[in-house]
Amino acid sequence: MADILLYRPHFVAFIILFLLGMYIMVVCLNLVKKLIGMYIMQTSIILFFITLAVKEEGTIPILMPSALALPPEAYANPLPHVLMLTAIVVGVSTLGVSLAMVIALYRKYDTLEEDQILEKIQ
Amino acid sequence: MTLFDDYLLLLLSVVTALGAVFVRDLLSGVLTLAAYSFFLALLWAGLGAVDVAFTEAVVGAGLSTLFFLVALFLTSHQEEVRKRLQVRMVTLGGLGVLGFLLLFGSVDLPVVGDPESLPSKHVSSHYLRKSLEETGTPNVVTAVLADYRGFDTLGETTVIFTAGIGCWMLLRRRDDSAT
Amino acid sequence: MIRPHDSVIVHTLARVFTPIIQLFALYVLIHGHDSPGGGFQAGTLFAASVILPVIAFGIQGSLAVLERRAIILGAVGILLYAGIGLLPLILGGEFLNYGELPIPGMETSTRRHWGILGIETGVTLTVAATAVSIYYSLRERGEEEEK
Repeated sequence: MADILLYRPHFVAFIILFLLGMYIMVVCLNLVKKLIGMYIMQTSIILFFITLAVKEEGTIPILMPSALALPPEAYANPLPHVLMLTAIVVGVSTLGVSLAMVIALYRKYDTLEEDQILEKIQ
Repeated sequence: MTLFDDYLLLLLSVVTALGAVFVRDLLSGVLTLAAYSFFLALLWAGLGAVDVAFTEAVVGAGLSTLFFLVALFLTSHQEEVRKRLQVRMVTLGGLGVLGFLLLFGSVDLPVVGDPESLPSKHVSSHYLRKSLEETGTPNVVTAVLADYRGFDTLGETTVIFTAGIGCWMLLRRRDDSAT
Repeated sequence: MIRPHDSVIVHTLARVFTPIIQLFALYVLIHGHDSPGGGFQAGTLFAASVILPVIAFGIQGSLAVLERRAIILGAVGILLYAGIGLLPLILGGEFLNYGELPIPGMETSTRRHWGILGIETGVTLTVAATAVSIYYSLRERGEEEEK
């Protein structure tokens, strides 16, 4: 298991970031802090997919002109890139709607802490 | 991009993420989050994902930081620190178990950089071979996004439009009779 | 209504940078074929080039009307995308198969090339309009409290 740390540090970093995001979302009571945790979780998953698409000796997935064509092993895998483009844009849309909800809650209850809001609702 | 560069950027990303969550003032936390986004974009550009890095730098570090800052300036940006020791211990225990399971499972994942790994076979090699002659587009990511998988992009554009409508409806005033 | 910023530095920088950002956004959209780029990046850059002068110079007048116009522009973008996709369906092909678009005198791969450019324009319009309208929504709720 020690070769994970030496040869694949990307997976270790992904696990640390994902668990950090989850910890912040569960433990912190401030609503904007929870959204920061959600953003860290989303970007860590994008890191994981990009790591799966890397090829050694591979270049970016923009094809050379057909006179100098290279075999498909010389380009990085473009399919996870496309999925992650969608993931980033959907993530920022979710963030926009969540921040709108946070502002509406603040206008009504004048605090951003989750337990104080729950008290004021009851 | 050598392994040393990967190590450095991964370490910087993790350190800035830890910095973003463990500061007391939310404003500093959000600006550190923008720095974290930029480090991740650099890392992805080095790993060969240039379109994703460009989108993350523009949309992730630009637009989401803007939304966070506007929301923070309209509300307060101090956080009250509570102890909650029992919840923290239980969460740390549970996440430790989850982390161990993930680490244990990642041994079976393909080696980073293997050109014969399974995700690179089947459809992906077809796209890389035929994109220039079928669509006339050297940028394979744009060709796949807009032509081969164009239906997904239609759904994604509808999602972002729905988010715009959702924000509008959540925040309009009660007496807005023009709507 | 948004109050203008009172620093001369911000005014000058907004005046200089707004056309540069718009030109770069147009460049990224059109060169999405040959270099990294495409619709989403260009849309966000367009939104930045609209939000920057709004922050610097303010807006006189009601934000609700501008928001509604921005959302209508976003809907036009999606209609453009779906319209370019429906045209081949009406003419006997499949949905979103740009090879059957009715442009005379081109081979199939060039028709797909122009179809991709058309839908990227639709995506850019929608993303830019939505980002600007989200900014107006978030700002509108705050400005009414400060009066």
